Amino acid sequence: MKHIDEYRDGELIRPLVAELRQSLTRPVRLMEVCGTHTMAIFRSGIRSILPEAMEIVSGPGCPVCVTSASHMDAFIAMAEIPGVRVAIFGDLFRVPGSSGSLANAAARGAQVEVVYSPMDALELATRHPAELVVFLGVGFETTTPGIAATILAAAKDAVDNFCVFSTQKVIPGPLEALMQDPDLNINALLCPGHVSAIIGAGAYQPFADRGLACVVAGFEPADLLNGLIMLARQIAEGRPKVENLYPRVVSWEGNGRARAMVEEIFEPVDTEWRGLGFIERSGLAIRDKYGRYDALKRLDITIPASAEPKGCLCGEILKGKTIPPHCPLFGSRCTPANPVGPCMVSSEGTCAAYHKYGQET
Amino acid sequence: MSDKTILLDHGSGGLASQELISTLFLKHLTSPVLKGLEDSAVLDNQAGRLVFTTDSYVVDPLFFPGGDIGKLAVHGTINDLAMRGGMPLCLSLALILEEGMDLDELERIIMSIAEASEASGVPVVTGDTKVVPRGKGDKVFINTSGIGFVDNAVNLSSTNGRPGDAVILSGTMGDHGITIMTRRAGIGLDGDLRSDTMALHRLVASVLSVHPGAVRTFRDPTRGGVATTLNEIAAACGQTIVLDEQSLPIRSQVRAACEILGLEPLYLANEGKCLAVVDGDRAEQVLAVMKQTEEGKDAVVIGRLEQGKAGRVLITTPIGGSRVVAPLHGQPLPRIC
Repeated sequence: MKHIDEYRDGELIRPLVAELRQSLTRPVRLMEVCGTHTMAIFRSGIRSILPEAMEIVSGPGCPVCVTSASHMDAFIAMAEIPGVRVAIFGDLFRVPGSSGSLANAAARGAQVEVVYSPMDALELATRHPAELVVFLGVGFETTTPGIAATILAAAKDAVDNFCVFSTQKVIPGPLEALMQDPDLNINALLCPGHVSAIIGAGAYQPFADRGLACVVAGFEPADLLNGLIMLARQIAEGRPKVENLYPRVVSWEGNGRARAMVEEIFEPVDTEWRGLGFIERSGLAIRDKYGRYDALKRLDITIPASAEPKGCLCGEILKGKTIPPHCPLFGSRCTPANPVGPCMVSSEGTCAAYHKYGQET
Repeated sequence: MSDKTILLDHGSGGLASQELISTLFLKHLTSPVLKGLEDSAVLDNQAGRLVFTTDSYVVDPLFFPGGDIGKLAVHGTINDLAMRGGMPLCLSLALILEEGMDLDELERIIMSIAEASEASGVPVVTGDTKVVPRGKGDKVFINTSGIGFVDNAVNLSSTNGRPGDAVILSGTMGDHGITIMTRRAGIGLDGDLRSDTMALHRLVASVLSVHPGAVRTFRDPTRGGVATTLNEIAAACGQTIVLDEQSLPIRSQVRAACEILGLEPLYLANEGKCLAVVDGDRAEQVLAVMKQTEEGKDAVVIGRLEQGKAGRVLITTPIGGSRVVAPLHGQPLPRIC
């Protein structure tokens, strides 16, 4: 498979491990921002061969994980309204709210459908004209353009029984807030691949200007190892900058057309992040012009002020302040089969990654 | 039959039931033992120990590239017998039909069962049909039970594994699981995704006839995939299994679909593959025998048993790193981005 095989070939990439060791002349404490990177790093076995002078901290880049308990409770309440059918991405199905998950609601009779694209949710609406289909929007810059396109398609075809509950979020603001935390002590960022396809590698320049080494990388073992090598070199040379190692997908400017579509439908709002609290203008709400497609305007739903699950350290883990094995619930009360916090549910969650792939020490 | 759908009457035990059985089932299922329509099948006694198993089949969609619920119902039960070294003798077939099911659809399933049973040489010798009201079932649920004989000298069990043993996979992984998942989700992926549903008793017989003492166990990695079955084997024999990621046989179209959906082939169901744990010194010979069979032509050694933490499965990645391969938790769900 082109664009896959050459990045996984053991013969080609094993020398990179030695190169990483050579490049690492000063300690690097890096944050991988993206949940797919978290998983890919585990899956490739990189953590098991990582030199001691390099530490990888997972960041807030798993959209399901940063969804607050308040939003989860509102989702579940919405799913239980008669005549409503909610459409979700699979990751959300088993995330616990204050009492139960969407999976529990479905077992009680709520109509919950797993879809693979927001367009599938729109199609559901045309198949079920007597119901209101609500797509639960949970995601970052990668999924927002698809939702915007779906709302535009619904408007064009005058589909009236479709709307979106948007908890969409943007990455740079919260990252900025996180980087100002002196306790974190991060000196390098492994910047997300897919998010950067939309916002462009240039979006990280302010971080480089503040002294952080930044590399945009893909998800294959060769991408990841090369990314780590470049971060190590930037730190060694004391010259932080933004380097784009993923030009087959990411440009400096990003995808202007996708951003224009998002701009047409959405406007920035303050929103709550699990673990990080409310962050100014870090969420996306549907503009009044498209209010017909905003579930919060169509249905009588208030977002409760729900508390996070007791004892769960997801918040601290999302900030990179602790690691899953240090959570007292990890692997005992909280497992993928019986999750307490969202980081154990999502396929991109840090706790799920630690639990699934473990670490041979 | 004039009516083209299943009616509650078809399950009443009366005339309509008899008509369904004689015009549809017996038309395709031709075992002389079944033909008598007695309350049970009387089987000739044979030497050796019996193996006995049962399984129910509830797949959506009923028909998919490479197979259908009927083929699964025959192959699945045959394979469960074969994994213990059994030579399957016969099957039972019980159908639970939903009122309103299309009769043509039912006939296609029965024909498929007949075809699979004939090709495998394992007849259906007894059966049952019930009909439930519309909305109380999902078109058709099938249960098959199977009986077979196992030679006195054969002793296959996951507990037999010991350090140094090799793990052989009889062919590519994930074909069935990804085919069903993409169909169910209505994802229109181009490319030739096909279920691998297949009976494995002949492959097992070939290996056991040439190298009876070399095999510790056979297991079929159905739901939960190769990862989950290997975890069960590692736990049963108290060893660590170490896989080599680069040796894993995966069709490129399966790999591509998994990349798109964020799924791992190690966790996808297989319906025509087996894992064999074999004496490490004789692994190459067993592999050679397997590769001569149609069912095992793509067989490869994918890992070894080692002394270590009991019940642990590790994988060596292409970069030379290592990670744990956990069993499947919950359903495999595709990722968000």
